[in-house]
Amino acid sequence: MSDRNIYLDHSATTPVRPEVIEAMMPYFNQRYGNPSSIYSIGRDSKKAIEEARQTVAGAIGAQPREIFFTGSGTEADNWALKGAALANQQKGKHIITTSIEHHAVLHTCQYLERNGFEVTYLPVDIDGLITPEQVKAAIRPDTILISIMFANNEIGTIQPIAEIGKIAKEKGIIFHTDAVQAMGNVSIDVEGMNIDMLSMSAHKFYGPKGIGVLYVKKGVKQSYFIHGGAQERGRRAGTENVPAIVGMAKALEIAIANMDNYNQKLTALRDRTIREIEEKIPFVKLNGHRKDRLPGNVNFSFDFIEGESLLLLLDMKGIAASSGSACTSGSLDPSHVLLAIGLPHETAHGSLRISFGEENTDADVDYLMEVLPGIVQRLREMSPLYEAHCKQQETQVTV
Amino acid sequence: MYSEKVLDHFSNPRNVGEIVDADGVGQVGNPKCGDIMKMYLKIEDNIIVDAKFKTFGCGAAVATSSMATELVKGKTVQEALEITNQAVAEALDGLPPVKMHCSNLAEEAIKSAIEDYRMKNGLIDEDSSCNVCCKRCEDVHHAIDVEE
Repeated sequence: MSDRNIYLDHSATTPVRPEVIEAMMPYFNQRYGNPSSIYSIGRDSKKAIEEARQTVAGAIGAQPREIFFTGSGTEADNWALKGAALANQQKGKHIITTSIEHHAVLHTCQYLERNGFEVTYLPVDIDGLITPEQVKAAIRPDTILISIMFANNEIGTIQPIAEIGKIAKEKGIIFHTDAVQAMGNVSIDVEGMNIDMLSMSAHKFYGPKGIGVLYVKKGVKQSYFIHGGAQERGRRAGTENVPAIVGMAKALEIAIANMDNYNQKLTALRDRTIREIEEKIPFVKLNGHRKDRLPGNVNFSFDFIEGESLLLLLDMKGIAASSGSACTSGSLDPSHVLLAIGLPHETAHGSLRISFGEENTDADVDYLMEVLPGIVQRLREMSPLYEAHCKQQETQVTV
Repeated sequence: MYSEKVLDHFSNPRNVGEIVDADGVGQVGNPKCGDIMKMYLKIEDNIIVDAKFKTFGCGAAVATSSMATELVKGKTVQEALEITNQAVAEALDGLPPVKMHCSNLAEEAIKSAIEDYRMKNGLIDEDSSCNVCCKRCEDVHHAIDVEE
């Protein structure tokens, strides 16, 4: 095992900022009042939530009353889709989404299909992009909802959200975007982009886990999600997670204030890594759009090798990264995103996702590039696919 | 999630490579499922004197390949055929449940290489086609309840 410890998986989660922890701490055992209580420490908690709501609203150009706290980004996606489907089914039962959504959206769509809704899954191009024209062409008289992710969690591709929002608005269809990966990386203005619903999750931008937000534009027909008390105006009942709500707002406030510097720094690390992998390692393919991608996202396929093995060897060198290989995805199939951009199964199994974050430096890229080519070569040398490839090359040369 | 022994056989795999004048070669698996194992056997007087492998696959696939080659060396062909996937997994101090199919791959690779050896040496009928091909792609990999 290595004494290095380099974290390159910020799309999975991020460390909580010290300032965020500091902001959260009083709400565990000093200002612990239930926000629904009438006495002073209850009111303190209530006030903290409303301030946080204001901060979150300000970050995306929304009104505070349009912000609803949830337990995760997944919950926000579930609520957005199920809630809008249920509330608008009189109008129609057709939903449009893409084939590369996060499972929080895809599996919710499949659930809705089992319950009488129809879903169109738009295919993407080799870069993982959909076009506004595709969305337009898929719209039917009974379409009630369009849900398209802002940026992809695996390949980092950023969709033309504002243009899609414009189309949805023209047609009077509710437009939801899963912005879990985009938040803190991309400027988002729900008014200017005509977004009706948006999901986000705090732990992707240096906030705590277990807290998310669903933005629902005023006037959008949405059913209540969790029934119980009056929390979140009765739409999402349950005593609020006050420390996490406070932490989320603090994290978002810092992320928005630092976004330009943060993006600049991550983009430089990203582009350097892409360039060096392409220079130093043969038989690789960059997945995702070269320019329209998240600033910290690098995703490559390495021919002839399998992703989990790659991750294990990187881990032994002290590097934490991620893969779309079946062995890490929870099924026998490799990532649905990599298959959707047209990779053959065996190539999709050999993918590596690196996602940079705040604490990464050029020295981390130096070290990565010191160990990665050797690891790839080592796995190739034990791969029957590489052996077959080399023999084929030899034959061609001899012929 | 992996035992020390699995990690050891993964990071220091035994017998990686090929045997140029192998007496039996077997390849099982499918790139679609994400794992392929190729096993080379050197057999003298019915005894497996050497074994090597190449594997495309996850940590468990590499470790089971390594262990399988260790287990067959020195055994008679008949003894090698009796090695079960369970035995390979046990020799590695167990595999996570979702990785048990990787040990099937090792058992199949041994059987397939021996089948090849027997074919080449006229020890079985030409038309007795190998029936060790894997059905692993149909295995349930991870336990997720299916919602009705």
